[in-house]
Amino acid sequence: MSDKVVSVEDAVATLEDGMTVGIGGWGSRRKPMAFVRAILRTPVKDLTVVSWGGPDLGILCAAGRVRRAVYAFATLDSIPLEPHFRRAREAAAVEATEWDEGMFYAGLLAASLRLPFFPTRAGLGSDVLRINPDLRTVASPYTGEELVAVPALEVDVAFVHVHRADPAGNGAVLGVDPYFDDLWCKAARHAFVSTERIVATDHLLDEGTTRNLTIDRTMVTGVVEAPHGAHFTECEPDYGRDESFQRLYAASAKDPDLWAEFAGTYLDVEDEAAYQEAVARGSA
Amino acid sequence: MSPDTEIVRADHCVVALAEAFRGDGEIFASPMGNVPMAAGRLARATFEPGLLLTDGIATAVQGVLPLGAGVGANGTVPEGWMPFRKVFDTLWWGRRHVIMGASQIDRFGNQNLSCIGPWEKPKAMLLGMRGAPGNTVNHTTSYWIPNHSPRVFVREVDVVSGVGYDRAAALGEVARFHEIRRVVTNLGVLDFETADHTMRLRSVHPGVTVGEVVDATGFDLAVPESVPVTRDPTAEEIGLLRTQIDPDGLCGREV
Repeated sequence: MSDKVVSVEDAVATLEDGMTVGIGGWGSRRKPMAFVRAILRTPVKDLTVVSWGGPDLGILCAAGRVRRAVYAFATLDSIPLEPHFRRAREAAAVEATEWDEGMFYAGLLAASLRLPFFPTRAGLGSDVLRINPDLRTVASPYTGEELVAVPALEVDVAFVHVHRADPAGNGAVLGVDPYFDDLWCKAARHAFVSTERIVATDHLLDEGTTRNLTIDRTMVTGVVEAPHGAHFTECEPDYGRDESFQRLYAASAKDPDLWAEFAGTYLDVEDEAAYQEAVARGSA
Repeated sequence: MSPDTEIVRADHCVVALAEAFRGDGEIFASPMGNVPMAAGRLARATFEPGLLLTDGIATAVQGVLPLGAGVGANGTVPEGWMPFRKVFDTLWWGRRHVIMGASQIDRFGNQNLSCIGPWEKPKAMLLGMRGAPGNTVNHTTSYWIPNHSPRVFVREVDVVSGVGYDRAAALGEVARFHEIRRVVTNLGVLDFETADHTMRLRSVHPGVTVGEVVDATGFDLAVPESVPVTRDPTAEEIGLLRTQIDPDGLCGREV
């Protein structure tokens, strides 16, 4: 069986300016933050970022790497509005594609099932169709009902973070919600999985059952070991959200100097290990 | 009365929101936020025992879960699994009633969660569309608005996230699952039970006048000749709220 273990730097090196990136997790929950931080250590820019948005989207916007955000919301959960994303939108610093959050599911289903679109009622009658003039409706050939044809959400590269994975890319999600990480992987040309711990295949079920193995190796291009790789978002049951660090991050949206200080301390560092050390120093 | 059993405004809001679930039977109730969540749990513990309710994360819980507590507290047990994927499956299936907030709402119930000002360059970016477009055309929706004012109850919303009755009517048959049942605010209860489905004052909370509600509403509200007062919580309901559902008094701090 193939060994797909790569470094986080190797994984993000596949990105090119202008690519479309899908990011797993939800809000400020099990976000593949080690990948996001690694993107900031590359010069890549003009990304289209597709996400049930949290600090992944906020940080990439604050760092000026986003040309277009595709989102239904951006939240830090315990802080309802993602403040960096909010700034970016209010300054019209990013192009925006705002959908209903269920339309993301429809778009990922279409992409993962190799269909051009998925029909849904979500969006009908709302301003989703006004603010997204490229969205089309489709008439049911059976009933004539006019439904929204959500286009397949195909992405160039997807990043997700799981609790355990083997070197081949089989992933165990131990938290109560698997979110849509398998669909992100299938919707992508290349999918990278970071994991709290790489384990031998015969240890994948040590802390779960086969029902936890929502990611399988056919979906995965590369595996990265990234302990605390979802920090500061939650990664239950391994760790909860780092609320005090998240507050620090949120406060840095208040003015450019605070953001520069935050980025200088935590993001403009050599590697992921240096980030984790800086966090440990900060909370010591 | 002791402070513990004294009925406050928040109790009327919770009871009015609980009433929105009356008759729903075995459906997935999705109340967002503390006051709606207390209402869902109260309805289930009393007159609407079929409701399926979660811990606010992804576990459906049987028993009376206190606000802010996790499964197991107060003798609760898990009875089901409701990750986000299943939430969408359920909401498209239709057996769901959501209580959302609204940054703006108009007289047909069009709701804005997205942003204030022009969408292209918002004055204030808010939550985004979230699930409001899909919720409102797929199943029953109610709203909880803790700050009834002309800034929220507007003639025209800046962005339509949740679909109102005029837009649903324009869609025709495809919008047949649309229903906005109630809008509960800190001042009273509103519904759309008028001939043209425009918003109507259903009741005022005790101590609130009809004039106050009309003044706090930025459009012409349908006001019946006689407006009832929102019902008081029963002694059983107050007992449940104080001792089991909201022992820390979180709802009182939000109203």
